[in-house]
Amino acid sequence: MPGVIEVSGLTKVFGAITAVDHISFEVREGEIFGFLGPNGAGKTTTTRMLTGVIPMDAGSVHIFGHDISTAPVRARQRSGVVPETSNAYADLTGWQNLMLMADLYGVPRRRAEERSRDLLETLGILERRDQKVQGYSKGMKQRLILAMALLHEPELLFLDEPTSGLDVQSTRMILSLLRGLNEGGTTIFLTTHNMDEANQLCDRVGIIRDGRIVAIDAPEKLKAAIERLHRIEVSFDGAVTADDLASLPGIAGAGRTGDKWQITTEDADAAIRSVVALSRERGVRIVTLQTLAPSLDDAFLRLTGEEGR
Amino acid sequence: MAALQGRVRQAWAIARKDMRIYYLKGPVLIFGVFMPVFLFLAFYMGGRDLSPAFLLAGLMGMTLFFTSTAVSPAIFPWEGQAKTLERLAASPASIATIVLGDMTASVIFGIGVTMVTLLIALGLGLPLLHGFVLAAAILLAAVCFSALGMLLAVPPTNVPSNIMMLSSLLKFPLVFISGIFVPLEELPSWGMALAVCSPLTYFTDIARYSFTGTHFFPVAADIAALAVFALVFTVAAVVLHRRTMPRRM
Repeated sequence: MPGVIEVSGLTKVFGAITAVDHISFEVREGEIFGFLGPNGAGKTTTTRMLTGVIPMDAGSVHIFGHDISTAPVRARQRSGVVPETSNAYADLTGWQNLMLMADLYGVPRRRAEERSRDLLETLGILERRDQKVQGYSKGMKQRLILAMALLHEPELLFLDEPTSGLDVQSTRMILSLLRGLNEGGTTIFLTTHNMDEANQLCDRVGIIRDGRIVAIDAPEKLKAAIERLHRIEVSFDGAVTADDLASLPGIAGAGRTGDKWQITTEDADAAIRSVVALSRERGVRIVTLQTLAPSLDDAFLRLTGEEGR
Repeated sequence: MAALQGRVRQAWAIARKDMRIYYLKGPVLIFGVFMPVFLFLAFYMGGRDLSPAFLLAGLMGMTLFFTSTAVSPAIFPWEGQAKTLERLAASPASIATIVLGDMTASVIFGIGVTMVTLLIALGLGLPLLHGFVLAAAILLAAVCFSALGMLLAVPPTNVPSNIMMLSSLLKFPLVFISGIFVPLEELPSWGMALAVCSPLTYFTDIARYSFTGTHFFPVAADIAALAVFALVFTVAAVVLHRRTMPRRM
């Protein structure tokens, strides 16, 4: 099955700087694809090329099989965009902004009104619909932008830092909505700085550095790939020695910090089984057990070369 | 056919958005209504030996020209600055549709304010001899001047004052070479050579014909010239904005 987004050799040059350097990737139908990278890595430039806002200097982008360079209108018709900067018209009301989107995307008026009411209600800003956007808070503006992007029921949604600078309530509301949309079949291309957000939401992430893709994989695989040795932290309600743990199969070493043991292993699964077997054998209960695999933050820092800078 | 209807709906939506945000503002409307009134008084009290019909025809040309080019050059820079242009660019509306939408709002505003001048003329008892010709000319000239306004917005700057300065540099000299202050028949040959290059010349000539029955160029030539200017400016605005709009993002 062809990807919803197919990118091949995509390149953008600004003067002497190659902002995006021959990147290629694919976003599959129904997935949430996270696009991560440090500031200035080329995330927003890539998103703008994918949405046809700026032209590419080389390569190709196909959205639902339509070339964004030669058939931009068809490509855009089935996608929605939440850009980096909140860009509703401040001198129009929330409702007028939504009706403008309805006209631009060809949504019949009655359907547009029903859908707008539903979206504004879901996003908690229905009662502010007749107020000019200039009076909205940042969170409300971002929710309106999301409603504007979703009005025509797009099958693909581009989001560029959708929760950046928002309060916890707005962030949770937006992330919950995105999960719901994805469960309903919407493919999501999410640019974010927030590793926790990417870790929670994304099926796969692509990491860009200096305009080049340095890794694309599922978050868990990326984390696993950067660290050969995993760490496990365990505590027992009885006495267990370092020798007991070090002699277990699959365990490379064990050290104690307070009442917890830090175990290093190449095979987390085998080590956990061994620890459980040991607790049974010794008649001690496991109080806490957690794997300390590298976080997506660690993976990101390692892959983007930001670690130690 | 459905595609064309979709584009018309998009362009009209953009025009309504422009009117709400940029045109239907108290100061803009007041300026639009008062400007022709004060310009007329300035002409009338200037003491020159010109007939009211000549003055009103010139005033109508100036009014339509200034109002049709008043706001349209600044819309792209304003929207580029506010990032709302990116919203339009990411929608299924093509650049041609966005340009035509902005032009539509400008045409409506230009015609609306020009009607005030027409009412002044009729209120002063001037006979409207060729109403249909004048109506056609107002429509064509409004399109032509609005397209010129969009053409002035082509440089990809998001600083509106830069565009407005460029706009003034072009607009004011044009008024002096278009037979508004000096009848075309009194222009020197170099002045005439410049006058034929200005679309405002042809509209002023028709406005004069509509009120006095006299004209310098054949009426059909005036209409044809306005149509050609309108077409060339519109096509040029669309083609050039296709090139420069991405540089505003």
